[in-house]
Amino acid sequence: MTMASTSSSGRPVLGFLTRRREGGQWHWTDVFTYVYLVLGVLLMFGPVVWLVLSSFKTPAGLLEFPPTLLPLGQIEVQVEGYDDPLPLFAVTMEDGTVKELAQIRRIGIMAQMVDPENPGERVSVPINTREPIREMRVATENYIDPLETFNFLRYLQNSVIVTVVATVITLLINSMAAYGLAIYDFKGRNAIMLFVIGTLMIPVTIVLVPTYLVVTQLGMVNTLWAVILPGAATPTGVFLLRQYMLTIPKDLIEAARMDKASEWTIYWRIVLPLSLPAIAVLAIFSVMWRWNDFLWPLVVLTRNEVYTLQIGLNAFQGELDVQWHYVLAMTVVTLIPVVLVFAFLQRFITTGIASSGMK
Amino acid sequence: MAFDTDPRAEPVRLSDRVYAILALPAMAFFRLFEWPLRFLQRILGIGAMPYVFLFPNLAFFGIFVITPLILSIGFSVTGGTNLFLQDRPYVGAEQYGYLLECGNHLDPTTCREDRFWRAIYNTGTFVFFQVGFMVLFSLITALILNREIRGRGFFRAVFFFPVLLSPVVVALIWKWILLRDGVLNAALVSMGLERILFFVDPTWSMFWAIFVSVWAHMGFYTLILLAGLQAIPPDLYEAAEMDGTSKERVFWRITLPLLWPNMLVVIVLALIKAVQIFDEVFVLTGGGPGTATQFIVQYIYTTGFANQVQNFGLASAASVVLGVVLFALTIVQLAVTRRKDEG
Repeated sequence: MTMASTSSSGRPVLGFLTRRREGGQWHWTDVFTYVYLVLGVLLMFGPVVWLVLSSFKTPAGLLEFPPTLLPLGQIEVQVEGYDDPLPLFAVTMEDGTVKELAQIRRIGIMAQMVDPENPGERVSVPINTREPIREMRVATENYIDPLETFNFLRYLQNSVIVTVVATVITLLINSMAAYGLAIYDFKGRNAIMLFVIGTLMIPVTIVLVPTYLVVTQLGMVNTLWAVILPGAATPTGVFLLRQYMLTIPKDLIEAARMDKASEWTIYWRIVLPLSLPAIAVLAIFSVMWRWNDFLWPLVVLTRNEVYTLQIGLNAFQGELDVQWHYVLAMTVVTLIPVVLVFAFLQRFITTGIASSGMK
Repeated sequence: MAFDTDPRAEPVRLSDRVYAILALPAMAFFRLFEWPLRFLQRILGIGAMPYVFLFPNLAFFGIFVITPLILSIGFSVTGGTNLFLQDRPYVGAEQYGYLLECGNHLDPTTCREDRFWRAIYNTGTFVFFQVGFMVLFSLITALILNREIRGRGFFRAVFFFPVLLSPVVVALIWKWILLRDGVLNAALVSMGLERILFFVDPTWSMFWAIFVSVWAHMGFYTLILLAGLQAIPPDLYEAAEMDGTSKERVFWRITLPLLWPNMLVVIVLALIKAVQIFDEVFVLTGGGPGTATQFIVQYIYTTGFANQVQNFGLASAASVVLGVVLFALTIVQLAVTRRKDEG
């Protein structure tokens, strides 16, 4: 923008066209910024909007190519003498009149049609003379059916149990460990701290088989405990909470000891309430980790009734004949808690990530 | 780990109501332990209390992290299909030999376990492009979001939210767009182009695997870079403006050098994540077509768990190889973070 005066004197017309209210001028980066942002919004939001719109379409509506934007569905009518409802078309007849006919079957470029008012009479018309009759139809059954026909409610319940129980355990044992490491000066503290940081380097991907053995030995395969326990002691959490607890003034703890408070009392009455912001960040992280967890549950949960939402959803989309109308609706349901968390706690999450460099 | 800002710099507070609801049962729970722990403190003495506090967490580490880590070596030097180590015959380095033996290491078809080598080469390709694009796009996005634009908070949320989506959801969102009769093919047809069967073509599958994972995780790295950009002192920019320095020059001479430590962190973190890619791509392409998008973690999963014959030994050997790579990367990460924190 500081270049404005020199460049506009050379090219007065361009200078006039690119003049701005603020006095500066358009730099190519300004144009780029807005183009990028517009494209960015389309690319980031578009797919999710498309998912939600599609999830309200009927199976017939989903099959249409090219797809319609809104959940339009072809009207289907029940015709006497036919078991299944037949799709309704507007057919331009040879004499130029337009009739509403239901299609019985399609043979090559011809379609066999029947008049719903007069089921006895069949006509054969070329397929390019007929146009489907659509109506706006929101297929809420996509959301309701899976609740009954599939184990969807069970998956939802499993996911909620795993997320809540695991987060509670994580918060408890991580905050205890962090308290021990932050408040006391004891032999082996540095070694333990190093050990905690060391375990950060061991992701589940490299210990899949032996962890499976441990879980099997403990008799937890195909129970929710197999998903909850192995990841409960997060090194990230210990580290995050410890760094925060270090900032709590030692005098406060000394004063409490003077008053004959036990160490446990100091932990939960003084240190925990003061560490609430860091605990909130860890709680949000833990909920995200657990709700979205995939690889480990995929390994240890092989029976349908212990599936979490993610595993159940993956099983549905992997079927030979994918029922997309249900898969899309269930995907939306899986998305909802995350959207809620995001809408209400975005600031927590972004400051948490920015301050810890972790997710 | 990168503690580039003090966690207390921007205090965040849960709303009081949520706090009250959550606090009541929590307090009842803690009170329950009041007497047992007071008793413990009396017999063990205050000096033992830190160990008491550390015990549960360390016990979990011991059972679910350290034990498996040691066992994984045991698995990788034994054979057979039995899960229980005592029933597995010792085979020495045979698993590693089987895994690593190749006529020509540059050509996976000459390897004894060609699936493993294909997975390695696929992962290499994926990591190279994914990390490249990830760094490029998160840098551009961070630079743009750092500008004074209207609705900045909204735009930040737009680029960030996919980070929170589960890999399965991310994959399904895109799979639905990329299917044969999906909306992208509809767009191509309406422009007079041919339909593309994205998941039948190996190159397209790899492209979308990279694209989707960049789409999903870019927001995270953008956030780190944004924090770095905001830490650059504004007077540097003011001085540059006074001198009439061009924007391009300001970027190359001020922004990039000062952002470089954050860039390094982003590159290394992205590398560590990319090497372990599995979830999104597994749901999106299933590793296909053929083995075109099969990566190391999927190889481990398939070999150890999904195949009819579960080859735990081979899977463990592959895990150990992956572990060595990750360990090296983590050392680099620690070095980079330390340098950044000191500088």
